[in-house]
Amino acid sequence: MDNKFWYKKGLKDGIPIALGYFAVAFTLGIAAEKAGLTAFQTFIATGTTLASAGGYAGISVIAAGGTYFEMFLTMLIVNARYILMSCSLSQKISPKTSTLHRMGVAFGVTDEIFGISSAVSGYLNPFYNYGAMTVAIPGWASGAALGVLVGNILPVSVMSALSVGIFGMFLAIIVPPAKENKVIMGGVIASFVLSFLFNKLPIIANNISSGMQVIILTVVIALVLAILFPVKEEENDV
Amino acid sequence: MYKAYIYIAIMALTIFLIRVLPLTLIRKKIKNKTLRSFLFYVPYVTLSVMTFPAIIYATNNIWSGVAALVAGVILAYKGVSLLGVAVSSCAVVFVIELIIKLM
Repeated sequence: MDNKFWYKKGLKDGIPIALGYFAVAFTLGIAAEKAGLTAFQTFIATGTTLASAGGYAGISVIAAGGTYFEMFLTMLIVNARYILMSCSLSQKISPKTSTLHRMGVAFGVTDEIFGISSAVSGYLNPFYNYGAMTVAIPGWASGAALGVLVGNILPVSVMSALSVGIFGMFLAIIVPPAKENKVIMGGVIASFVLSFLFNKLPIIANNISSGMQVIILTVVIALVLAILFPVKEEENDV
Repeated sequence: MYKAYIYIAIMALTIFLIRVLPLTLIRKKIKNKTLRSFLFYVPYVTLSVMTFPAIIYATNNIWSGVAALVAGVILAYKGVSLLGVAVSSCAVVFVIELIIKLM
């Protein structure tokens, strides 16, 4: 398929991501400012990492004056879910995709860009990701830098409203396939219930970080579904 | 202040490695049926886990978050676009919180 077509489609689907990022990054910027980072440093840090939980965790390490090794280890654990996402995308792109394009796609594997990339039908064209990254990365990095510069520029009510944009987008990705496929529907419901329980049980909520919870739940639920309901070749063969 | 840049470099490099290694090392179609099925289900499960209950705690008021969840599910079920669902969820939160404030 034509690269230009996919790039444009990526740009369009990237807009809600960029808007949501802007709001989330803004609060990240406020945290960065408290950790002593300048707007420029924050712009570089967020623009090269593209991670919300990872960004917060990294800034906390800086704020606490942690060691470089601590930073490395924190990044590894908090961002481990991207390993799963990258593995999943390795099956979504054409086996013929060059290493350079693989690296290009990899740089932009965020929860949201991964979400929209998984929803594409057929093989994933790297230009779709580049399109989404073109709007999402500046949205993310500039939101964070602005957060450092002007703390509370947006009214609380607007920040609150923008904070659900990302989740609305996730719903738009998971609900339509769940409507078509009973197993996916069951998986979504089971995920909601278990995630809620993890969030509510003090023994889990107090001892396991939210990033780790996502990994554990994803591995366990997806594995159970894979064993109980293996997908047929053509269904999985994108 | 150069220390800040070392921290940032470690952050960026570690995250990039995490993302790039699976995508560049796994170049073939995975043959194992269970593993393929597992990777097929990963996106739906992980996005669901990240959405709920986070959506209801993201806003200033739990009920505006619940309203956004309900509206998002209904609109997505009806086939509204990505942007449409995202913007509508935000609008629902804004309106509900306005109503709560006025009550």
